[in-house]
Amino acid sequence: MSDERREWPLWEVFVRSKRGLSHQHVGSLHAPDAEMAVRNARDVYTRRQEGVSIWVVATADITASSPDEKDAFFDPAADKAYRHPTFYHVPEGVRHL
Amino acid sequence: MSDVAEYALRLGDDALVLSHRLAQWSASAPEIEEDIALTNIALDLLGQARRLLTIAGVREGQGRDEDDLAYLRPEREFRNLRIVELDNGDFADTIVRQLLFSTYQLSLYAELTASTDPDLAAVAGKAVKEVAYHRDHAVKWTLRLGDGTQKSHERSQAALERLWPYRHELFETDELTARLIDAGVAADPAVLRSTWDPFVAAVLDQATLTAPEDGARKPTGGRRGQHGEILGPMLAEMQWLHRSAPGVRW
Repeated sequence: MSDERREWPLWEVFVRSKRGLSHQHVGSLHAPDAEMAVRNARDVYTRRQEGVSIWVVATADITASSPDEKDAFFDPAADKAYRHPTFYHVPEGVRHL
Repeated sequence: MSDVAEYALRLGDDALVLSHRLAQWSASAPEIEEDIALTNIALDLLGQARRLLTIAGVREGQGRDEDDLAYLRPEREFRNLRIVELDNGDFADTIVRQLLFSTYQLSLYAELTASTDPDLAAVAGKAVKEVAYHRDHAVKWTLRLGDGTQKSHERSQAALERLWPYRHELFETDELTARLIDAGVAADPAVLRSTWDPFVAAVLDQATLTAPEDGARKPTGGRRGQHGEILGPMLAEMQWLHRSAPGVRW
């Protein structure tokens, strides 16, 4: 390791709330490594009892879609309304739907 | 002053003074995340100090509340350990102090959960979880600094050399603690030391740090109000607002 001061890497933080089923992205922070990132996340994002579980992921490890690809990725879905389940009639007597 | 009042005052002053020292890192820590971590710990300690000073005031029976005790006592009436009043130094100094002190405080509170004094047991029961996190934070950082870069290793070793002599005072006994231990109220320093020594030794070893040889210097006197000259300026800063505007509220 070099003695030169370097910026800490960035981590994305996911917190599962007490009633939540899945971890939700809550923000990002800097930390020297994953273990410290979990601790920093505890101090930054769960100070007000927001969560019961924390995940952190190195931001550099996330592969994201590019803004340049936005049109090709998402526009084709715009005119395919039939993909929404709004064309089905729910028969009377069906419960728990 | 009753024995319990004096004992609560000692523990409360430890928490109060260290809380203020850690709060001084606000906006000065190496990274904003660490800034928040240290001031979170400071707030935990402040909460403990408030509860302990309240107990001290009630048991003393002279009508003093937590604010009177925190803000209106002069330096010689503070009963904190010497190690908590030292200036923050660099980040390594602060982390090594956190390691030495929170390891002590964690076993202290763990013992006090079984105190025959219900007020002290209640404070300890709440605080023990907080301090478990403080110790974890200190251990994690000690390992990273001690076994990190050459510079971080040198600085944490230097911090250890500076702070090591102060550990003796953590485990001192006097007539007051002897009476309270007999009554099942206070924690026995001999018991605390039996967990402190091996725990700290293991962390230092893993962090590639070396415990210094014991010298003649063993700073003490905090429990009797004999402090380093460094405490006065800190109290002046801490007490200034309350003394200028007595009873002021946000």
